[in-house]
Amino acid sequence: MSSKSKHKPRIGVFKFASCDGCQLSLLDAEDELLGVAGAVEIAYFPEATRAMSKGPYDIGLVEGSITTYQDAQHIQEVRRQCKTLITIGACATAGGIQALRNWKDVEEFIRVVYATPQFISTLKLSTPIAEHVPVDFELRGCPINKYQLIELITATLAGRKPNVPSYSVCIECKRKANVCITVAKGVPCLGPVTQAGCGALCPSYDRGCYGCYGPMETPNTASMTSQFRILGQTDSQVARAFRGFNAWAWQFRKASEECERT
Amino acid sequence: MTGHGTRTIRVDTLARVEGEGSLYIKLVGERVADVKLKIYEPPRFFEAFLRGRHFSEAADITARICGICPVAYQMSAVHAIERALGVRIDPAVRLLRRLFYCGEWIESHTLHVYMLHAPDFLGYQDAIAMARDHRAVVEKALRLKKIGNRIVQLLGGREIHPISAAVGGFYKTPTRQHLRDLVDDLEWALEASLETVRWTAGLQFPNFEQDYEFVALRHPEEYPFNEGRLVSNRGLDIDAAEYEDHFVELHVKHSNALHSVVRGRGSYLVGPLARFNLNFDKLPEVARKAAADAGLQPPVRNIFRSIVVRAVELVFACAEALRAIHEYEPPTVPRIEVPDRIGVGQAITEAPRGILYHRYALDEKGLIVTAKIVPPTSQNQKRIEDDLREYAAQLVAWPIEEATWKCEQAVRSYDPCISCATHFLKLVVEREDVKD
Repeated sequence: MSSKSKHKPRIGVFKFASCDGCQLSLLDAEDELLGVAGAVEIAYFPEATRAMSKGPYDIGLVEGSITTYQDAQHIQEVRRQCKTLITIGACATAGGIQALRNWKDVEEFIRVVYATPQFISTLKLSTPIAEHVPVDFELRGCPINKYQLIELITATLAGRKPNVPSYSVCIECKRKANVCITVAKGVPCLGPVTQAGCGALCPSYDRGCYGCYGPMETPNTASMTSQFRILGQTDSQVARAFRGFNAWAWQFRKASEECERT
Repeated sequence: MTGHGTRTIRVDTLARVEGEGSLYIKLVGERVADVKLKIYEPPRFFEAFLRGRHFSEAADITARICGICPVAYQMSAVHAIERALGVRIDPAVRLLRRLFYCGEWIESHTLHVYMLHAPDFLGYQDAIAMARDHRAVVEKALRLKKIGNRIVQLLGGREIHPISAAVGGFYKTPTRQHLRDLVDDLEWALEASLETVRWTAGLQFPNFEQDYEFVALRHPEEYPFNEGRLVSNRGLDIDAAEYEDHFVELHVKHSNALHSVVRGRGSYLVGPLARFNLNFDKLPEVARKAAADAGLQPPVRNIFRSIVVRAVELVFACAEALRAIHEYEPPTVPRIEVPDRIGVGQAITEAPRGILYHRYALDEKGLIVTAKIVPPTSQNQKRIEDDLREYAAQLVAWPIEEATWKCEQAVRSYDPCISCATHFLKLVVEREDVKD
């Protein structure tokens, strides 16, 4: 990036509706943090520093989904400031768990949580960043994988394609020589339709995948649904399985809505 | 520049806290006219969308409230649900959950002490800048933090939003050897924590003592994590089930989080200072001695000294983790099967930042009918404002830039997790001088 100028690439980290976990992944990269900090200028990262420099930024990392009118305005400004804009995590790439409101009456949600609903202003939907501005790369996960984040930053700075696979969790299970928990134990598992990235964590801990990394490339959700039914899951259970941290990703959304219709 | 005209101190975003919010302080002459800690983090409505979900999903869903303290959410969730369903867990699972919490405390406290709070004391914008002059200190911090994360990773699969905690136990439990592999690291971590106590004790602290109501869990034998009665230095002594009879949440206009107060008394303080002051006698010898050598005697009433208390809790967490590892025998089964049934249960556990309350009501299918969650930062929020009202009064004669930084430092003393309470910390200090 900026090959002609001598300045270090400037990175900005921006937050919308989220848990802070994905940006924390950067601070959790204990072995790499000082190295990264030496190679780039961390120009805007309020969770880590008081020093906040204005844009433009070479890379913008965006965490969180858009849920308020102010944030819908703010993301436009962030996009203008960032040469490359990367969304990190399920909130930014799919609307996050807070997208569960998208099937409900948000006014009612406000009444459940807050005693004085008129003080709260929010949009009806929680939406991913790409519904508002063009995004250069979407890094999946709830939370993201910190090694994928480091790879992505490195690749972006080097001007090459990041090595972030889009195949399913099943491939990771095979690589780890995990015995398939659906086949061996009859445990419902979203692995076949979920993008890899976690290292097949849940199956490695004797539980079914619950879809943190969202839909893989061209997932066969219809087949997944019928497999869940064979395992004795009710339609509402299958709908709930798809309606997790990536509920608003269109493939999962379609699958859960089909279950509700049947 | 004193006495006349209007002056405004303004910082747009308060940094080095988890989440985003704003702070507004209005000074009229020598008087602090208004203090508002504003939380603009967009509301996410967890309590609403938990309704209709199965109890087995609560630990995974509530973890997503906060990427900094997911273990705390998982622990409060599973304990509340186990209470609702009358589940008795295996003692080995109980021990593992303490170990799990040790990991999160080590990770979270180290992050706060070195990366978020220490730069204020030493005059750096951040830990990266601090590393230029204190490379060894920051490297030690990163190693210590990594060891905390390693514990969470081993028991939970990953450090952020771990996947193994379950109602009735864990999806998978480690072997003795898995845990023994942590011993060398933890022995190093214990030493590093003792050094942290000495290092933080040598920092300069503003002279600022307040008469707080400290609220924390208290257990007859242990420094608290997941069990105990909720007590205070003003006579509170209740079970988690009575929490809502004694604490009330107020919804104030300037914030998307709810303010919590003790009924009939007002603001209170939760977190390391409260735990330390109410449970000093339950700390292991090594931590008590470290505290004494650092000049800490309960009750500690200076919130700026919370950095030293956090370091003492680091010593405790490392020592406790080693104890748990030595005592561990794997449970007969990782988790007991828990059938669906009707029930209501509450639990309070000690998140790194203070008590975290959960209540769930379940129907006959095990689905959540209602959920209530009170995170530590919303409990401290009113207390932060009360502190700033007192503290800002001491700073009226200070240059604007320094006064602002000091106020930020005071807020950061609470290690506020605005992601939990919801977000957006913007510091705006407005000064309106009156003619005398």
